[in-house]
Formats: sequence, structure tokens, C-alpha cells
Amino acid sequence: MPTVEIMAPSAGSVAIPRIRTQQVVGRSAPQRAAPIVNLESVSRSFGSTVALDRVSLEIERGEIFGIIGRSGAGKSTLIRTINALERIDTGRIVVDGRDLSLLDEAELNDVRRNIGMIFQHFNLLSTKTVFDNVELPLKLAGRPTTERKSAVYRLLDLVGLRDKAAVYPAKLSGGQKQRVGIARALVAGPALLLSDEATSALDPETTLSILRLLKDLNGTLGVTIVLITHEMSVIREICDRVAVLDHGRIVEQGPVWQVFAQPRTELTRRLLRTVRPPLPEALQQTLESEPLPEGRALLRVGSSEFDQYSAVLAALAQSPWQARIVHAEVDRIQGRPVGTVTFSVRYLVRDAQRTLCELLQQQSAEVEVLGYVPG
Amino acid sequence: MSPADLQLFLTALGETAIMVGISGLLSLFFGLPLGLLLVMTDKGGIWTQPAVNRVLGGAINAFRSTPFIILLVALIPLTRLIVGTTIGTTAAIVPLTIAATPYYARMAEMSLREVDHGLIEALRALGATRWQIVREALVPEALPGLVTGFTVTLVTLIGASAMAGAVGAGGLGDLAIRYGYQRFETTIMIGVIAVLIVVVSVVQFAGDRLARSLDRRR
Repeated sequence: MPTVEIMAPSAGSVAIPRIRTQQVVGRSAPQRAAPIVNLESVSRSFGSTVALDRVSLEIERGEIFGIIGRSGAGKSTLIRTINALERIDTGRIVVDGRDLSLLDEAELNDVRRNIGMIFQHFNLLSTKTVFDNVELPLKLAGRPTTERKSAVYRLLDLVGLRDKAAVYPAKLSGGQKQRVGIARALVAGPALLLSDEATSALDPETTLSILRLLKDLNGTLGVTIVLITHEMSVIREICDRVAVLDHGRIVEQGPVWQVFAQPRTELTRRLLRTVRPPLPEALQQTLESEPLPEGRALLRVGSSEFDQYSAVLAALAQSPWQARIVHAEVDRIQGRPVGTVTFSVRYLVRDAQRTLCELLQQQSAEVEVLGYVPG
Repeated sequence: MSPADLQLFLTALGETAIMVGISGLLSLFFGLPLGLLLVMTDKGGIWTQPAVNRVLGGAINAFRSTPFIILLVALIPLTRLIVGTTIGTTAAIVPLTIAATPYYARMAEMSLREVDHGLIEALRALGATRWQIVREALVPEALPGLVTGFTVTLVTLIGASAMAGAVGAGGLGDLAIRYGYQRFETTIMIGVIAVLIVVVSVVQFAGDRLARSLDRRR
């Protein structure tokens, strides 16, 4: 199914500053706190393979920031640069006010102790009980035993696994293992939690419960979360902002509702397909990739500003190209209505398509050509 | 079998036990750090040192490629330097240890390599030092394999100790050669073989049991 980006390229680039402005206002400005993580033009290559290509990111304190991309996009490398498990070739990374490139190994270990990390395969020590696994970060940091015990039980309570304290990880389910992983990552009270595909090895139901737990902990402990995933559903469930990574470059970023409503790249649209309901079967079957004589074009419009649609609909009603709404869905993301409307238009009428695009883009929407159907 | 024969057996068993026991413990003591060093200094290890890795690997290979009977005599000057004598049970412990140490180092290396890299990464992410990674993750997680490797090393040492008779170290192998072979006392030969089978079986059984009880991955 071919999709053609009709929107002018310049429209995409001018949209970025607008998003930034909105976000600052939304985040209790005027005095914006320094970001907890700041990546400036970070690059990293493995031999001739470029894993990260001038990546710049700012992650705000207290937010849940998602990084999405297909496998091989550089997500893993990117998240590992934040706790210096992966070194970088060029650029600068500042975490909690400390420039990682200026630190020696001992100082880096100090930074890492203030960053929790959870993994796709949990990475729990099989020879230690749940209690000992969760206690480990405190033990490594040389905290006194009495302090350790209360902290471990507090975290086990938070993740709902106090009764499993004496059990070895092999006896736990995947979801329980990840809860132990989360408890271990947060027991030393880090300001930042990195999540490396933490739900990718879990079934959908467990995934949801782990994501809800992360969201809760983000609220109760105020811990900033950076997560990488290849699933849009994860982003949609808990993230505040999202960056789309492709071949080591960030191709799009913004608040989740905005990226969902108005994806600006083909990759993002493709990733979104998994979370958007498909067109009705009957419509799908008639869809062609080439224009048909006397046929109609299907145009899908993503938006988050549906209150402005009345104007669009009024304009459409009077149009000579007989626009019809053939499919629509509206969801709520971060409390905003986000969705798509699919129109069919008589594309043979000159300029209809362009006019529609122009009309809709005045409402800052984006138009995607899904294909063509018989008239 | 006469009481005198029985006495011979007990003495020989004792000598074998001392030779294998002491050189076994020493090879564990020296071999485990060497195995750790091999894994740590290798590419992608927690202390990448290609030069150290190559030298260490080369030295281990050199010792491992020398047949024990040759090592036994070739090391005589070193043995004299360390224990002051070149004959007897004590003298055999030096070459046995030197032969078994690189052997166990390779055994240890194998099981340490099998530790899931994700665990090491998790520890690094927690800000663990190299020593903490070794103590909290590498060694405990590899423990079943380290025990199995030690069991194999002990069994190999029991075999190698048979040659130690060449330097008058005694032991079960020496008994079999001198009495069973050279004096045609078939009962003693068969007796030695039977005792060796029992000893090896007991060592293997105990090692397997211990390794299994340490394995928490199930």
C-alpha cells in the first residue's frame, strides 16, 4: 500500500519550534529546570556501521521519555550511552549536571549508582534470592546492613513481591522477574531509570501490568524514566514524549499525542499502524495502489484538534469533489483526543486533493494517501 | 591378599591422596585466578588487555602441550628449588601442580565464559567495580561449572600421579607398575585398578552432587 506524503517538507520543519514552545508552557514554566539528561550531537560507530548519528536529546526531570525504532536503529546503543556502558565517539552527554566525558571509571561508577536500569531478559543473578538481588546495589555501594534491609522491603512492597523475598529467580514468572528487576533498579533511590525493552519478553497482559507499575513509580517516586521499545503500544501506554530513531538518527520527536496525531515521517506512520485500527475489511479489499478512472482517492488525516473539524466538514459539504468520511476513530492519549479520519474524494476533480490538503493543514493536520478505490 | 599387601595398598592410597589432594588444591588456588584473568582480559571482557591475554594464553598452552612424564623430569631443577628435594611424594606435588594449574585454568575459563553477559552488564549498570563483578556475578554464577571442572581436574590428577612413581613418589600407580607389572603380581594389579575405579567414581559422584546442589538456574 503506497503512501505519499503530500505535506510540504517545510511544514514539517517549522512545526518543531512550535512543539517545544507548547511543552515549555505545559511544564510549569517560566523557570524551566535543567534537563536530567542532555545529549548533544552524540555519534558512535562500530567499524563502518554508524550506530548513532549526531543524536541530540533533552530529557526533562520527572518525565517518561520513549525512544522507538526498529531493530538495528541504534536504540540499545543510545540508551547505553546515558549510563556510559557504551562510550561515544563524538558529542557530549550531561547526566544530572555531570559531563560523562570528563569522568574517570570510578566517577562513572558513581554516576551509574544514581541510574537504575532494567533489561529485556531481566538479568537477575540466579544464585541470589529475590531479597539478595534487590539488596545488591546497596551492598555494592557499601550501605550498612540495617539500612539495606528496610530499603529492600520497601521496594519489594512497592512491586508487590514481599512474600517472594526468599525465593530464587528461577521460581518466578517473567512478570515477577521484571518486578524484581525494577525493585533492584530503584532500591538505591536513583533519579533516573533506563528501561531497555523491559516488556519485550512478556505477554501483553504482563506487559500492561509492568507498564502501569512503571507509571505508578514515576508518579510516587518521581523517578525520570527513559525507555526504548519497538512497540508503539508501549509508547502510547506510558510515555510523555517520544523520539523516533532510524538508522542512528532522530527523525521525529515530540509529545506522544502530537506524534500520534501528526506523524511526520513514513517510518512513524508505519510504526503507528500497529496501534491504529485498520480500515474496514470491505474497504481494504477494494483498495488499489494506482488511480482508477472515475474512482476515488482515500485520504487519511491524523489530528488532535477535532473541535476544528466542523469547519473542515462544512467546507467539504460544499466542495465539488464529493468528499465522504468512510472511516474514523478517536482515542484519548495523555488526555487529548487523538485519531484519524479517512475521507474518500473524487480525485479526478482537478485540485481536489491539494485543496483538501491545504484546507486540513490549516488545522495543522497531516494527510496520508492510503490508495484508490472504485467510484 | 596378605596383611602386608593390604599395608602396601593403604600406604599407596595415602600417597596418592596426598599428591592429588595438595596439587589439586594448589591448582585450584592458582588456576581459578588465571582462568578469571583469561576471561577478563579477553576482547569484550571487563578488563580488556589483549597483550596480557595473549601472553597468558600462550604460556598456558605451552604447559598444556608438554606431556606430564616429560614435565616431571624437565621440572626437576625447579622442584629442588621449591621443596629442596627431587624425589618422594612432596617432590611430585610440584610438577603435578604445574601440570594441573593450566589445565584447571582452561576449565575455569570455559565455565566463566558461559556466564550470561547480561548479568555482567547489569552489574556494570549498578556501578560495580571489576572486583565486585567477579565476586558477585562471575564466580557465583559459574560455580557449578567451576566445581565440575575441578572434579575433572582431580580425576586427571589421579591419572597423572601414576607417573609420579618415576621420581619415587609412590602412590597407587607406582604400586601397580612395581608389584603388578614388574613382579607379575596380578592380584595387586587388579586390586589397584579396582581401587582407582572406586576412587574416581567417588570423586566424580561427589563433584556432580555438589555442582547440582549449587545450580539455581532450574
